[in-house]
Amino acid sequence: MVSTSPERARLLVIDDNKVNRMVLSRSLEQQGHLVDTADDGEEGLEKIRTQSFDLVLLDIEMPKMDGFQVLEACLNDVNLRQIPIIMTSAMEEVDAVVKCVELGAEDYLTKPVNPIMLRARVNASLEKKRLRDEQRKLFRTFATKEVAEELLRTGFSLGGKHVTASVMFADIRSFTSIAESQDPSDTIDLLNDYFGMMFDCINENKGSINQMIGDGVMALFGAPMYFEEHREYAVRAGLQMLEQLKVFNAQQAAQNKTQIHIGIGIASGQMIAGYTGTQTRAIYTCIGDTVNLASRIESHTKVVLRPLLIDNYTRLGLTSDYNLEDFGPAMFKGKQQAINIFAVNR
Amino acid sequence: MSKIDLNTFNSLKESTGADFISELVDAFLDDAPTLIAQMRSALASQNAEVFRRAAHSMKSNAATFGAMDLSALARELESLARDNNLEIGNRLDAIESEFQQVKGELETLKI
Repeated sequence: MVSTSPERARLLVIDDNKVNRMVLSRSLEQQGHLVDTADDGEEGLEKIRTQSFDLVLLDIEMPKMDGFQVLEACLNDVNLRQIPIIMTSAMEEVDAVVKCVELGAEDYLTKPVNPIMLRARVNASLEKKRLRDEQRKLFRTFATKEVAEELLRTGFSLGGKHVTASVMFADIRSFTSIAESQDPSDTIDLLNDYFGMMFDCINENKGSINQMIGDGVMALFGAPMYFEEHREYAVRAGLQMLEQLKVFNAQQAAQNKTQIHIGIGIASGQMIAGYTGTQTRAIYTCIGDTVNLASRIESHTKVVLRPLLIDNYTRLGLTSDYNLEDFGPAMFKGKQQAINIFAVNR
Repeated sequence: MSKIDLNTFNSLKESTGADFISELVDAFLDDAPTLIAQMRSALASQNAEVFRRAAHSMKSNAATFGAMDLSALARELESLARDNNLEIGNRLDAIESEFQQVKGELETLKI
């Protein structure tokens, strides 16, 4: 009885018992998969590290390195963590199996393995992995690796909560006149070069791009995934952006091409964050005074003629030494009280 | 009375392919005497861990082919050895003789 499974997958069977290896690998081959085997934990782990498998079937009781150790080694390795592992064990080893599933094993099978169970569990695990891989790919196109992993771990649901984070707005100065003075395709190229550089600076500093509107960027630090030093990282990202742009402008000048100047505003504090939209189309949004303030501070860069401005609460969270310039209190639309503004200079 | 549960055996044959069953049976029949020998020597040297591992493999393999009594005997030995108890009486001889009967049946069934 040879039947094809939905997709031909590459599987690894790790078992010190020859009969078990033969039964498992042969059954899985009959189900249409490509199967490799390893006689013990050490050999198995080596194969997992050096080859690429869609799924691993792992015996618990083995000499040298047992199933627990192999499982733990895989779960502790960020490159191997996403490979689903199904534990195979004797009926009596239920305590051990529970421990493995708690640790993060995908599923388990008791030996002797029932062929129908084997097919069902393997296919279910492969399907889950395929969906997770797709999600991971999708998330990574608009979020950082950390945010993508967080979303995969905690799942996605509409609904907001209060978060404390830093918000950054960045805008190109007089972009409209740049756009009007040159060829449309040159403008798009310029914009793409610019976004590429800015996104790198933001992502490298644990930020995530929240919105792009025309030539403007809104980025978040500390949300959706909270980290304590969100203010420090937001400022570091801002400085890095300015630094990058300086290099970029030097290259542009050498080629007699258009240079770009930007304004960056950063504000920190509480805001309401969550996914808005529907189950099929949603974006992660942050709203509240802090977000408005960051936008106003960004506009304020045109008033004080400094490219990077932050509010006082952001300043209080800085852990490194910066060249700060105190602009004192400023009134902003929608704010009852004056806000102390600081420029971060290079 | 049959020593092999035919449901288990036929299901194994079906899932691994009829042409493969003979090779599979041979792997077990080759391996089992080694396991019994390991148990005997581990008993002589009072090494409960080695004994337990051999009993564990015997239990697992016997169950794979539907040799339920053989598997149960091995399981009993595994359990005693896990408690560090190698006072096993004549159970090893029982395993030996049970295996001979299983072997006879499997050699007929594998064809």
